[in-house]
Amino acid sequence: MKQNHFDAIVVGAGPSGNAAAYTLAQRGLNVLQIERGEYAGSKNVQGAILYADALEKIIPDFRDEAPLERHIVEQRVWMMDDAGHTGMHHRSDDYNEDKPNRYTILRAQFDKWFSRCVKEAGATVIYETTVTSLMRDASGWVVGVHTDRNGEGITADVVILAEGVNGLVGRTSGLREELKPENVALAVKEMHFLPQEVIDARFNLKGNEGVVIEAMGTITEGMVGTAFLYTNRESISVGIGCMVSDFTDVGQATPHGLLDRFKAHPSIRALLEGSEIKEYAAHLIPEGGYRAIPELVGNGWLVVGDAGHFVNAVHREGSNLAMTTGRLAAETVADIILSGGSCSRHNLAAYVEAVKDSFVMKDMKKYKDIHGFLKKGRHVVDLYPRLMNRAAQTWFRVDGVDKKSKESTIVREAWRARGIGGLMGDAFKLMRAWR
Amino acid sequence: MRIFVCIKQVPDSAQIRVHPVTNTIMRQGVPTIINPYDLFGLEEALRLRDRFGGEVTVMTMGPPMASDSLRKALTYGADRAVLLTDRFFAGSDTLATSYALANLIQKASENWGQPDIVFCGKQTIDGDTAQVGPGIARRLGLTQLTYVSSIDEIDPSHGTITVRRRADHGVQVLQSRLPAMITMMEGSNEIRRGRIEDALRAASAEVVQWNAAAAGITDLGHCGLRGSPTVVKKVFAPPSREEKATLVGEGAANPAAVANDLITQIFARQPVLEGDLMHAAARH
Repeated sequence: MKQNHFDAIVVGAGPSGNAAAYTLAQRGLNVLQIERGEYAGSKNVQGAILYADALEKIIPDFRDEAPLERHIVEQRVWMMDDAGHTGMHHRSDDYNEDKPNRYTILRAQFDKWFSRCVKEAGATVIYETTVTSLMRDASGWVVGVHTDRNGEGITADVVILAEGVNGLVGRTSGLREELKPENVALAVKEMHFLPQEVIDARFNLKGNEGVVIEAMGTITEGMVGTAFLYTNRESISVGIGCMVSDFTDVGQATPHGLLDRFKAHPSIRALLEGSEIKEYAAHLIPEGGYRAIPELVGNGWLVVGDAGHFVNAVHREGSNLAMTTGRLAAETVADIILSGGSCSRHNLAAYVEAVKDSFVMKDMKKYKDIHGFLKKGRHVVDLYPRLMNRAAQTWFRVDGVDKKSKESTIVREAWRARGIGGLMGDAFKLMRAWR
Repeated sequence: MRIFVCIKQVPDSAQIRVHPVTNTIMRQGVPTIINPYDLFGLEEALRLRDRFGGEVTVMTMGPPMASDSLRKALTYGADRAVLLTDRFFAGSDTLATSYALANLIQKASENWGQPDIVFCGKQTIDGDTAQVGPGIARRLGLTQLTYVSSIDEIDPSHGTITVRRRADHGVQVLQSRLPAMITMMEGSNEIRRGRIEDALRAASAEVVQWNAAAAGITDLGHCGLRGSPTVVKKVFAPPSREEKATLVGEGAANPAAVANDLITQIFARQPVLEGDLMHAAARH
């Protein structure tokens, strides 16, 4: 019996689960982590950018050992129409610092490393095991989990659900509703291999410098979504994602159809030229925002990471929110257990407070209306990029037309497309949503 | 019953990539697995243990990371895992490997008793030689039962075993004496999904780790590169085949006629095939 009881069970070995299991083990708790994949990272898909800050708070010297690809020195934000893009590039040598802030990573390698840290910290980690349901006592208090392996259930004082966007346990156990199509994005990505020197030359990089491109516009065919291109050491991750509800209600395109179009776009094609596709992956991203966050704690359980819908879609942040919520949950649990308390809903509410006090909930709250804004104003993802590119072209072409007339043309086109009321309304709504 | 199972950690050949530029094998990031042929031996061992009692010890020689595969074997339900690891073993061919493993088995026998059966994989997917199992058997004087498709009878008290062995032109039913070295055919069983208790035990179990000295191996001249007469002269990526599949008669009005025409052409080049097929058709 003793072998089958733990202080805490963490379901899932992604960023949030690993952060939680590591933190718990560091605090000396007897923790079991259960991962359904063959190894940590085998099921996990992300662009992927690692934000150092969240990990630093868990493993301060992670840079010494973690498998990192390139640190980001340049960010490009593109508004695309069918012929090209207009954008903002930000690059600074300041990012070549001792402790860079953002890195590209390969999740299969990174998660394996993180999982090894968890084991070295003293947690028991089992793989290829799916938690099928929560074990409850007569009062409904969660006291452990059942798995898809033969044998008895495993008990614990608390169960941390870090099971990702599609988490089965939370849904089948009634802790969380079925995913709604309008609250989740479907993203696909490919890995394109190129020699390191070629990537360096194409993106004007040296050493481990990397570039990130985020793009929106006509590439999503009117659906709410974005595309990305990240430079890894010897490969480029390229992908695109849109809201699932838009795939069914708005666009005709399939996800891989969109990706093929994005790759063939004149602004992207040359960057991928001659590369070899080695991997193809698809993943759901919980992008419902603040309003989609489910109940986070109950008697004997709490939810972290994607399972808690912690994704900041506007800033493309997710794994850092996952690690942070995982850490905060673990700290709460450790405080309770080490002081001899029970993991009741009441005591675990300290976790919710900690999340609220952190950037996680503050950011989620800040953008709580963006989701609704985009849902109602799909034209912003299509029309404004078009207008912007047209305007840029009108402005930059030297064709004997005087500048004043050019200015009027630009204003007139925007006017005609959206009307003064529409333009003002969009600006007002966006401002409100942004606040 | 006391059973030893020799396994090898191999790169998952389904996921090996050839570097597009340098044409070399990219080992980085390629997941490792237990040699699939070894799993048939492991499952057979677990079944025998479940039937007759006793214990299954799984062992390998390899780099420290090979303990991952041993741990996985524990997850399936093996009772104990032993890793023989030492830099002296680097570069071993099948002769040196069977030498090291035979010594490992001997040392393990001193610790935990003589095995009734030693299971080995039929071959590995990265070396494909099928020599290590027989090499071990020869060195330890064990009966060799290779390419076994099923174990029909086993009588531990009398030390007899009856197996079916796949031979070139049929199936041999062989009776032999224990202890024996057995390699199982693929498809003879299916590796089980270990119980939750096995998974938990495996996660925290200690993999016994021996270096050459701990395994009682003193003659290092038989080990690793020095003990390996096999020399790899050249490694190359096989050229892709010249002939390519082509789509014929796409959108043809009469596909049957296209097929008929093709078959006539094939038969014109392969008269023997035509004769055989006609003969077979006539018999039906």
